[in-house]
Amino acid sequence: MAAYMSASRLEHAFSTNDFVPEWAQEEVSTGTTIMAVEFNGGVVIGADSRTTTGAYIANRVTDKLTPIHDHIFCCRSGSAADTQAVADAVTYQLGFHSIELDEPPLVETAANLFKQMCYRYREELMAGIIVAGWDKRKGGQVYTVPMGGMIVRQPVSVGGSGSSYIYGFMDSNYKPGMTKEECLHFCTQALALAMERDGSSGGVARLAAITEEGLERRVVLGNQLPKFSNA
Amino acid sequence: MSIHDFKESNFIPGNGGLDRKVSTRPATSLSCAKRKCFKMLDESPEPGWLSEEVKTGTTIIAIEFDGGVVLGSDSRVSAGETVVNRVMNKLSLLHDKIYCALSGSAADAQTIAEMVNYQLDVHSIEVGEDPQVRSAATLVKNISYKYKEELSAHLIVAGWDKRGGGQVYVTLNGLLSRQPFAVGGSGSSYVYGFVDAEYRKAMSKEDCQQFVVNTLSLAMSRDGSSGGVAYLVTIDKKGAEEKCILGNELPTFYDQ
Repeated sequence: MAAYMSASRLEHAFSTNDFVPEWAQEEVSTGTTIMAVEFNGGVVIGADSRTTTGAYIANRVTDKLTPIHDHIFCCRSGSAADTQAVADAVTYQLGFHSIELDEPPLVETAANLFKQMCYRYREELMAGIIVAGWDKRKGGQVYTVPMGGMIVRQPVSVGGSGSSYIYGFMDSNYKPGMTKEECLHFCTQALALAMERDGSSGGVARLAAITEEGLERRVVLGNQLPKFSNA
Repeated sequence: MSIHDFKESNFIPGNGGLDRKVSTRPATSLSCAKRKCFKMLDESPEPGWLSEEVKTGTTIIAIEFDGGVVLGSDSRVSAGETVVNRVMNKLSLLHDKIYCALSGSAADAQTIAEMVNYQLDVHSIEVGEDPQVRSAATLVKNISYKYKEELSAHLIVAGWDKRGGGQVYVTLNGLLSRQPFAVGGSGSSYVYGFVDAEYRKAMSKEDCQQFVVNTLSLAMSRDGSSGGVAYLVTIDKKGAEEKCILGNELPTFYDQ
């Protein structure tokens, strides 16, 4: 399987089919930029909003921040179908598990469920997922489950095709101990930079902050995104 | 000028560096035959780096300031997974006050730089004065464009001349474009966000040097094909000043 997260096009044997436009033959991909940041008391997650089939933007207002449970979200990148299917499966498994336990599930549990599925079906799937949320035991946590199915907890994580361009920005601008507002600002800037450089990322920037109190969602429209002076 | 043929190339467009190309040139015919003959008898094949293409998978950057330019590069040259040279200076002289930064295939880039160095010497004698940076960039562009199918190298040309001051030119794939700053090589992908965010117009010479060093350090820590030491060249009206910053003296950022 491809080892890189970009808007890949799986060409089928009948790719010269004239009855269907070219973009309908391409795989739908959330070539994307996603990120998540831990802070003391919760997490901030963000994503762009573009879904592409080849060069056509199938959805310019996609919501890639998917709730898995009350305080646990996942950010999806890679094939739209694969990530939706995996997220639905994990949502079901986690809901069931939480009822059995009779208490809110742990973020680590959700992340491991993603990992098990992504690892078992690693040859068939093209899914890069960031799982983030809050639980009573460890507070805000971010776990990244990239393609291939590994899992690692990180204070800050970026993913998707646009993530390559913001590694430098993330390394230089992330500081441990940021507040929620600082994290939101950091995410907005990083997403804006990635959306500017990556053709497969764009649209609006969707953000969410998850804390013990609950969820707070924000949308930063295209014209409100920070602009940077560059060449 | 003889340019040999490429057998195959998987060029993935849209990447900052041409270094993502996964072409392996066939080794010399002698070692190919040897490999086939001894395939079943010999348990230890010859090392991978003998048959892998040598690339300067790299990070290069050039930036203008009022009165000159600053160029920077890392120092790693790889052949497959092996680092064959960890201290290569990829900032190559084209003329007294014109340098170019090499990236992509090491052989191609070095050859282009040598050819343009020669052509520029002849040209500057003909006109009787120091050549313009634009002339140097055009010479590089001409070669890159004419042989674009065979070559895989990207040179950033930067320097100072009395007519235009400090200038940076990009010659990727055979285009020619002047920019206030430019990044290139495989490591550049990781720092696009950083340079977009941190660049400001009208930075001083020291700010530019710090900007270049920070960018190189970030790219070198994320890109497997970039590393080693950082080379810096500052060119202004007085001349070119070369500097080398060792790995442990580079700025460090938050590491997880």
